Amino acid sequence: MMTDALSLSNVSLSLCGNAGTVNILHDISLTVAKGETLGLVGPSGSGKSSLLMLMGGLETASSGSITAFGTNITHLSEDHLAHFRQKNMGVVFQSFHLIPTMTALENVATPLELAGVRNAFDRAGTELTAVGLANRATHYPAQMSGGEQQRVALARASITRPKLLLADEPTGNLDEANSAAVIDILFGLREQHGATLIMVTHSNELAARCDRVIHLRNGQIDTQQTTTE
Amino acid sequence: MTPSTLFIAWTFAKRELRSGLYGFRIFLACLALGVATIAAIGTVRASIQAGLTANGAALLGGNAVVRFTYRFAQPDERAWMASIATRVSETTDFRSMIVVKRDTIERGLTQVQAVDDLYPLIGKVNLDPPMQLADAFAGNGTFPGSVMERALANRLALIVGDTFKLGEQTFILTAILVSYPDNSGGGFGLGPRTLVLLDNLKNSGLLAQGTLMESNYRLDLKDDANLATLENQAKNLFEESGLRWHDTRAGVPGVARFVDRIAAFLILIGLSGLAVGGVGVSAAVRSFLSGKSNVIAILKTLGVTRHIIFLTYFLQIGVLTIIGVAIGVALGAVIPLALAPIIEAHLPVPSDFTLHAAPLFESTIYGVLTALIFTLWPLARTEDIKPATLFRDAFTAGNILPSPKYLIITALLLTTLIGTAIIFSGTAFLTLWTTGGILCALTLLIIAAYLARFAAQKLRRLSRGFPTLRFALASISARGGETTSVVLSLGLGLAVLAAVGQIDGNLRGSITNELPDVAPSYFFVDIQPDQIDGFRARLDNDPQVKQYEAAPMLRGIITQINGVSSRDFADHWVLQGDRGLTYSDLPGEGTIITEGVWWPKDYTGPPLISFATEEGLEMGLEIGDTITINILGRDITAIIANFREVSFEDAGIGFIMSMNPAALQGAPHSWISTVYSAPEAETAILRDLATAYPNITAIRVRDAIDQVVQLLGGISAATRYGALTTLITGFLVLIGAAAAGVPARTFEAAVLKTLGASRTTILISFALRSALLGLAAGLVALAAGMMGGWAVSTFIMEIDYKPIWSSAGAIILGGISATLLAGLAFSWRPLAAKPAHVLRSRE
Repeated sequence: MMTDALSLSNVSLSLCGNAGTVNILHDISLTVAKGETLGLVGPSGSGKSSLLMLMGGLETASSGSITAFGTNITHLSEDHLAHFRQKNMGVVFQSFHLIPTMTALENVATPLELAGVRNAFDRAGTELTAVGLANRATHYPAQMSGGEQQRVALARASITRPKLLLADEPTGNLDEANSAAVIDILFGLREQHGATLIMVTHSNELAARCDRVIHLRNGQIDTQQTTTE
Repeated sequence: MTPSTLFIAWTFAKRELRSGLYGFRIFLACLALGVATIAAIGTVRASIQAGLTANGAALLGGNAVVRFTYRFAQPDERAWMASIATRVSETTDFRSMIVVKRDTIERGLTQVQAVDDLYPLIGKVNLDPPMQLADAFAGNGTFPGSVMERALANRLALIVGDTFKLGEQTFILTAILVSYPDNSGGGFGLGPRTLVLLDNLKNSGLLAQGTLMESNYRLDLKDDANLATLENQAKNLFEESGLRWHDTRAGVPGVARFVDRIAAFLILIGLSGLAVGGVGVSAAVRSFLSGKSNVIAILKTLGVTRHIIFLTYFLQIGVLTIIGVAIGVALGAVIPLALAPIIEAHLPVPSDFTLHAAPLFESTIYGVLTALIFTLWPLARTEDIKPATLFRDAFTAGNILPSPKYLIITALLLTTLIGTAIIFSGTAFLTLWTTGGILCALTLLIIAAYLARFAAQKLRRLSRGFPTLRFALASISARGGETTSVVLSLGLGLAVLAAVGQIDGNLRGSITNELPDVAPSYFFVDIQPDQIDGFRARLDNDPQVKQYEAAPMLRGIITQINGVSSRDFADHWVLQGDRGLTYSDLPGEGTIITEGVWWPKDYTGPPLISFATEEGLEMGLEIGDTITINILGRDITAIIANFREVSFEDAGIGFIMSMNPAALQGAPHSWISTVYSAPEAETAILRDLATAYPNITAIRVRDAIDQVVQLLGGISAATRYGALTTLITGFLVLIGAAAAGVPARTFEAAVLKTLGASRTTILISFALRSALLGLAAGLVALAAGMMGGWAVSTFIMEIDYKPIWSSAGAIILGGISATLLAGLAFSWRPLAAKPAHVLRSRE
């Protein structure tokens, strides 16, 4: 029997700020199958990125439950969540979020080092080569272009061969040419390693490459559609 | 600069200042603490000086004091004193032994002050039980009375009513001496004081010719007396006969000079604190301007000139500097006043704690100059960086030097600061050594910070597989990170403390550990010439006496060299005051003559003198030069026949000058002796010699060493407190650096959590980062401190240098603890932050 990669049940998210409580997501329920590619689209402020953060355990739901690969991650402690991400997930952000004090190679090797893998740097080198940045291994983030930084971030996210890849507008800060290259690499990695991919995007063209697209509006699922429809 | 330029800049500055002083707390704290330290030290100094001036007459015991060494005043000198004063009080000071006969005989060293009926001319003697001094001296009808300080009475277990002997004279203790005027030594001396009536010493056998004594004549001057005129008169009439004049204009010159020197030294240490504060100030300005890069870029895009932008931020920093300095001055003025009762209770001299303008002015100048020196460079860079560069992480982009005009201005400001410090401290030598030391230490620390980053960079490869260590090393090696700030601020603070620890340890070590091994057990003074044979016989017959030296001793003042007044010839300690001299037919055993020849045995020609090589060289003396020495009012001119090595390091007998015996024939003198014996024989030697010759005084070298160590302890403690403020400032800078690093740590922690790092892993990485930085700062500080300690020990104190490892260990541990404390205190927020919030806020 094929289990789901991810399952959200009646998930809501409210955040307290100086201006009072803001309800970000309301009563979201959805499942994502293993190996599926899912696009999350919607206008700004619709809750796409927040939903992605909840899926990655980077944010805690106010109510409801989230299960990833059979594990209820809703109430896991921060350290258990970190450990779970290390084993199962890779995350890519719009602003790359590389550690500025580390070289490209060091950034990519970090997840494997944290997992205690001995040949972390050899594998990081291979991963950088795979994204076409073998010659940038010793460069710092500040010495690379946005496209290069995002490719390093992709390599870092995929080096542990995660079962789930989460991407938050991975091409949001890139020009057209770099966007295309990054998306090709992202889908290539997914196909190569068979991971589930969930991606937040503003691009309809990019969303169209996914198996399924969920439209969010005002913190709720507006519509869902599979791209074969 | 036109008025309109200034007006526009001030308008912009005011707008930016509206956002408040947030982010400038460390800037203000660093500046305020540095200024407050200097102002406080200066205020204490000024208060002591004011106290000494206000109480000059009481401290002197008269409007003026005329002093002679080794003798009483001659009739012509007495006549002159009588002509200028309404009353003249005669006293004499000398060391002697108090002997108490019980079942066993006990002896104690005392500083005897024998006074006349007029004593004290000014001020009051307080006794316990309260009584008049004259009544105390009256005694019990059988023995004359005497009073002594409580420490001595306690040591000898004497109570009021007990009797004791001074020389051959028995006294009864009638009261405890609680306080007295003319305590010019500030309580420091080899023995506590005993007061007796001068007339009562006639039968004591003390004060024979050649006794090491000092006579003082306290003058109650006529109302119209002009102190300066009288001093000149005294010098013209009697200076070459050894008369020394002191008056209320400098009540206690020795103490005033001592306080002045210690305060100058502490203020210079305070300056090093201000330099550390400067590092914090500079870091705060850089951080502030880095956050303003967008504003600067926008202003430049709108057509605002580089000059106006510089002025805008210069004015803002100027306002903040004024606030910081004002806080420091206020604290430096108020804290000593608040602590005045405690400070006064610990001071051996009077003080007058009130607001003193001079030290506050001095600290203001130091504060403003330091702020200018340390903020000009980061401010200047606002001019040089293009808008496009500013948008791209401007202040970590490179270490470009500012334009030459700012370099020149900085150099001028630095010169002004050093010049000001020289003027205020009154000692160019000490100021240049200290400021040179600070500059060298800062340069060393900048290099060390670079090396630390370089080493961290190289070690990163080796640390692969140890993610916490690698994360820490990555952070340390990063440009624009905390490394430079931490190594500079903490390093300089620790370096000062390390240097103080090394110098203090070596000095104490040489005095307490090494000196007793080579120093004699006893010094005997005031041995009369007719007693020396018996004295020698007692020692010759004792197999436990390892060695002894005995030499005749006179005291004299060098008045002329080659016919020129000694004051005009050179400024050297040998020429200040009176010096001991001896005579000898033959050079002593082991004497090394470095130049010239010793005189023939039984030489009776013109007087010849043998002079100490090192001191002779320092004064520029040569063989054949003539030296005129006034001995007991008689001038003797001798020709330098040779130079010989004289060592004072082993506390043995060492005379700067030795003459041929015929030259000093007839001059009254006594002998001194050093005795080296087994410790178990010391009591018997003292008992026999003191019983046989009651007039001689024995000084136990161990007691003298203890006294010196006690004094050094006080100076060392004051220095440590001064250095501690430097360290506190360093710690403040550290906190500032840690606080400034919070956003970077928060981001790093968020990314690492996303990648699967636990909070423990991240915390260990942060702790390692702090500990390694602390270790680096500690090691560099230790190296700088040891170099400083070695230089001062070797070149200034001329003692052998040995590393003090206990102090070194404390410095390194201190460095690690301080950075750990500051680093971890600012790690909780990054660790607690939710990754999603942090990362999304940077999208």
